[in-house]
Amino acid sequence: MTTLLEAQSISMTVGGATLVDAVSLRIGAGEMVAIVGPNGAGKSTLLRMLSGDIRPSRGAITLKQRDLHAYGPRALAEHRAMLSQHVNVSFPFTVEEIVGMGAGESPRAVARALVAAALDEVGLEHFRSRQLPTLSGGEQQRAHFARVLVQLACGEALHGPGLLLLDEPTSSLDLRHQIDLVETARRRAARGTAVIAILHDLNLAMRFADRVLLLHRGRLAIDGDRTAAMQADTLRQIFEIDATIDYTGDGVPFLLPQTMRPAGKAT
Amino acid sequence: MSVLAERRARAKQRRAGLSLRPAATLTLLCLLAALAGTTLIALTVGAAGIPLTRLPAALGLWADSTANPLLARDQLVVWSIRIPRIAAAAMVGALLAVSGAIMQGLFRNPLADPALVGVSSGGAFAAAAAIVFTDSHLGGSLRFLQHQLLPVAAFAGSLITTIVLYGIASRGGRTSIAIFLLAGLAIAAIANAGIGLLVFVADDRQLRDITFWMLGSLSGATWAKLTALAPVLAVALIACLSIARGLDVLVLGEAEAFHSGVDVERLKRVSIVLVSAMTGVAVSVCGVVGFVGIVVPHLLRLVIGPAHRLLLPASALLGAVLLVGADTVARTIVAPAEMPIGILTAAIGAPFFLAMLLRQRGLVSL
Repeated sequence: MTTLLEAQSISMTVGGATLVDAVSLRIGAGEMVAIVGPNGAGKSTLLRMLSGDIRPSRGAITLKQRDLHAYGPRALAEHRAMLSQHVNVSFPFTVEEIVGMGAGESPRAVARALVAAALDEVGLEHFRSRQLPTLSGGEQQRAHFARVLVQLACGEALHGPGLLLLDEPTSSLDLRHQIDLVETARRRAARGTAVIAILHDLNLAMRFADRVLLLHRGRLAIDGDRTAAMQADTLRQIFEIDATIDYTGDGVPFLLPQTMRPAGKAT
Repeated sequence: MSVLAERRARAKQRRAGLSLRPAATLTLLCLLAALAGTTLIALTVGAAGIPLTRLPAALGLWADSTANPLLARDQLVVWSIRIPRIAAAAMVGALLAVSGAIMQGLFRNPLADPALVGVSSGGAFAAAAAIVFTDSHLGGSLRFLQHQLLPVAAFAGSLITTIVLYGIASRGGRTSIAIFLLAGLAIAAIANAGIGLLVFVADDRQLRDITFWMLGSLSGATWAKLTALAPVLAVALIACLSIARGLDVLVLGEAEAFHSGVDVERLKRVSIVLVSAMTGVAVSVCGVVGFVGIVVPHLLRLVIGPAHRLLLPASALLGAVLLVGADTVARTIVAPAEMPIGILTAAIGAPFFLAMLLRQRGLVSL
């Protein structure tokens, strides 16, 4: 497996506080990686460093064997696509126009075909002429996901498999669309894209990822397969919850938090 | 389908958020036709009326067969007064509308306007300072440069104001609408205090010149001033098209625009210089004329959508139409006197701005 992205002991310090502390990782083409961890563990900061958005205070990141910060914004966008957590659009752009922004300077016919395919994939083709601000939060999130898919497709057509970064892509989605999004990302990984996603829902992360990065207080506590992260001790120590862990028929772990009061027995 | 039913169906689609947008070429052609029409009206009305039948001869298009005794006067009025004035109004309107549209794109906020947030005042303050300075003993040796110095001073004043405003209003890639508008008000107040101070120290002649900046008027338009306006407009319009896609993507926010491949820092620098140059030069020709930059792009977005590749050239045309029209009204409504055009645009634009605020109040929290 060829290494796509490599971080060597990267740290981020802001105003004396260390948000990410000496994290090293290597991500190969076709890998599906979930970043999990409690609030304030440094997940978003790590992802923003990996996207080239912010520069680590220490350490180095290479994308396809080249320093991440040696890429210009346009070249970088051809190798990695990233979906941020909150995107607010204040002007009445249509869904189609927003998704088309992912196509950059591609020829119009190419862009149109990619936009149609992406809208179809996220199930928004009937909303293509609607103004984005009139859509619900979840629908807007899917539209932005479609935009990022278009960007990824444009870059991969030029340079082969790229990097897809997702910061809590399912935060506004209903269950069905959470699974749809995850399946779409998996299909990209099957074609060689390296996917890294921050996910809060551990069960979704377990279904989604081949590999789990568990962050705790800025440090990489666990980097392994899903069973490595899903241990009762680890969950107690890092998430401060008691949970029952079980396995689905095909061996995927899932958890049920125990400290929640059972329904119907309100006192 | 009857016309009424069709109209109702269209209204329903609009309510549903569906957009019905006319083709780009059609829009630009309609705006060009509107500009031609307004120009024709502006050429014929005024203190000295020149009916349409006499216009071609006055323009020198063909010889006048009726041997009109007023031909010489008509020609003088048209060539030395009206054409420079109409051209100045059109160019200033275009500059103000486009700089408004760019500023709104840059701040991702439809309420941004160079005059409203003090950028014009900053330019006017610098221009007023240049008037007083070149008139003083200290700067007297630069007097002969006054014509060239004014646009440069106005540009510098606008540039500094825009940079300060951007620095205050945006933090970590996010721009707060409330802080932006309030900081703009404060900056406008500082610039106006500066102008007030200059008014206080100015002598009678300087006072007349400075008052002109504050109210805004096109009565001083000359061929010489047009030579300062035209190159800036031409360069700015071409440069605008190069940032159109960037401004579109910037609507997603600075971080997301960067992720999409936009060189955000460069885009911001180019936008700030363009807005300052356009506002500064417009201010140096006709003083502070407000609200053109807010009304024009807003109306256009409702019809043609927010994509800047079409919005910017269309804003230039509609801004030109609006200001040529407003100037024609300003110089005829209280004839033989003239109303400062700044008063007219504010009287129309301010209620419009309030209406926009009221509409927005329901949609987003400031």
